[in-house]
Amino acid sequence: MTQPVLKVNQVRKSYGAEVVLEDISFSVPVHTATVFIGSSGSGKSTLLRCINLLDQIDDGSIELDGEDITAVDADVDKVRRKLGIVFQSFNLFPHMKVIDNITLAPMKVQGISKEVARENAYKLLDRFGLHDKAQDYPDRLSGGQQQRVAIIRSIAVAPRLLLLDEITSALDPVLVNEVLSTVRDLKIEGMTMVLATHEMGFAKQVADEVCFLHHGKILEWGTPTQILEAPQQPETKEFLKRVHEAGRL
Amino acid sequence: MSNEIGRPSESDSGAAPYNFGGEWKPSQLEIDRRAARKERNRRNAAIAIISSIFVIGGLALVAVTSPGWKSLSDTFFAWAYGVEVLPKIILGFGTNVALTLIASVCVGIFGLSIALIRTSRSPALAPFRILATVYVDVFRGIPMLLVLLLVGFGIPALRIKGLTNNVLILGTLAVVITYTAYVAEVIRSGILTIHPSQRAAARSLGLSHFQSLRFVVLPQAFRRVTPPLLNDLVALIKDTGLVSILGVTDAVRAAQIASSRSFNYTPYVMAAIIFLLVTIPLTRFTDRTLRRSIERQNATGVA
Repeated sequence: MTQPVLKVNQVRKSYGAEVVLEDISFSVPVHTATVFIGSSGSGKSTLLRCINLLDQIDDGSIELDGEDITAVDADVDKVRRKLGIVFQSFNLFPHMKVIDNITLAPMKVQGISKEVARENAYKLLDRFGLHDKAQDYPDRLSGGQQQRVAIIRSIAVAPRLLLLDEITSALDPVLVNEVLSTVRDLKIEGMTMVLATHEMGFAKQVADEVCFLHHGKILEWGTPTQILEAPQQPETKEFLKRVHEAGRL
Repeated sequence: MSNEIGRPSESDSGAAPYNFGGEWKPSQLEIDRRAARKERNRRNAAIAIISSIFVIGGLALVAVTSPGWKSLSDTFFAWAYGVEVLPKIILGFGTNVALTLIASVCVGIFGLSIALIRTSRSPALAPFRILATVYVDVFRGIPMLLVLLLVGFGIPALRIKGLTNNVLILGTLAVVITYTAYVAEVIRSGILTIHPSQRAAARSLGLSHFQSLRFVVLPQAFRRVTPPLLNDLVALIKDTGLVSILGVTDAVRAAQIASSRSFNYTPYVMAAIIFLLVTIPLTRFTDRTLRRSIERQNATGVA
């Protein structure tokens, strides 16, 4: 049994008196995708922010490649270099062209030369059908294209683990499919991922494991088929029923 | 033109901002619309010209026919004398230009530093944050004339060896002290308008705190505050005239000397004209920059 890329042990997180995450434990083996589903406020985004150290946990531990990244003396910058995160609101840098958005971190963080960084960036843009957008500013792109550029920007630094936080929540259904297929390609290429999403398409097409998060606790977990087709917990059934009614399943 | 700030100028509506490829022909309705718009513009221009002639002409008439006009024009508009003293005033204006150049560089550096200190959250910088806040509060609240007098006469009065008595240097120092406080606030406000998610994105890519500032936050912040900074530059040029109070021979002082010799005020008018020759083009340039930045933001839909 090889070591999992990510191992989360009994994590607890609260904002003041309000407990947001409680007793969260799971692990993500290499080349697999774990998808967190659950209604808004269930703690999905907080969990990802804690893994990326944008938020700090109150108890438990998070290990990346066997190294405790939540230890008090952990090097935050070094940890973040191994993690990629994509946000709901894209967060591309509006003053830089697409190509410069992608090459910034490889050049400044990894010290790769401009030529090599550009070459790599063009390879990625080619692969995801965005070659002709390289010289555009982000605001000239559609939402789906912007989100795909954001994904490319995150994987350009070759992260060990990619975190995707509600990446399709700001997109209309047509654009969702475009981003979905990009993420599916990443999965096929072996990227290890943790996703938080409302979009059941991700759970169905990308997930190796689906976790249902409810009020900060993992209520139920298993393969996509288990969770989406034969949920055991009443809360999971209720949630999937509501998603189904909203036409998202 | 200034009333068109904030909306795309109508003359642009013909050229499509995006190149959709292929030839675009305006519809009949669009052609009619343009004709109507042209007609309306022509009528508006005619009205504007006629009303300007009446208002400005009327005011000029009132001034020229007033009983004191003759003596006033003799004291303020003696052009022959004005031309005679012009070289001295221009020479003095060179001091204003040099002072502006040196001061604006210093103000830029110090203003940026103070803005960065005030927006940082590092605990090590806490005492500097307090000092910076006090500094800005104090020097934005004192009239610049007082700062000039306090620095210009106060520092030499200390009689500390090695400290300069040069009024030009002391005058520049006073100008820099005052303007740094203003410019720091302009830059700080620009930094604060950049959404935290931009910094989060940069940090999550592994960029350090400094790199996030240098490559992501500051370039966007400066783009937003360029118009107010240019505005402050225009004000700075004018305010360099105040150093004449310390005895620096700038354009204002040169005019003062010339006019006290002849009891004629034309040199002041000449000095004013020289200032205008520099500040008006700069103001127009500022307006254009401002209009462009607003148009750019409207085009992208992110204000």
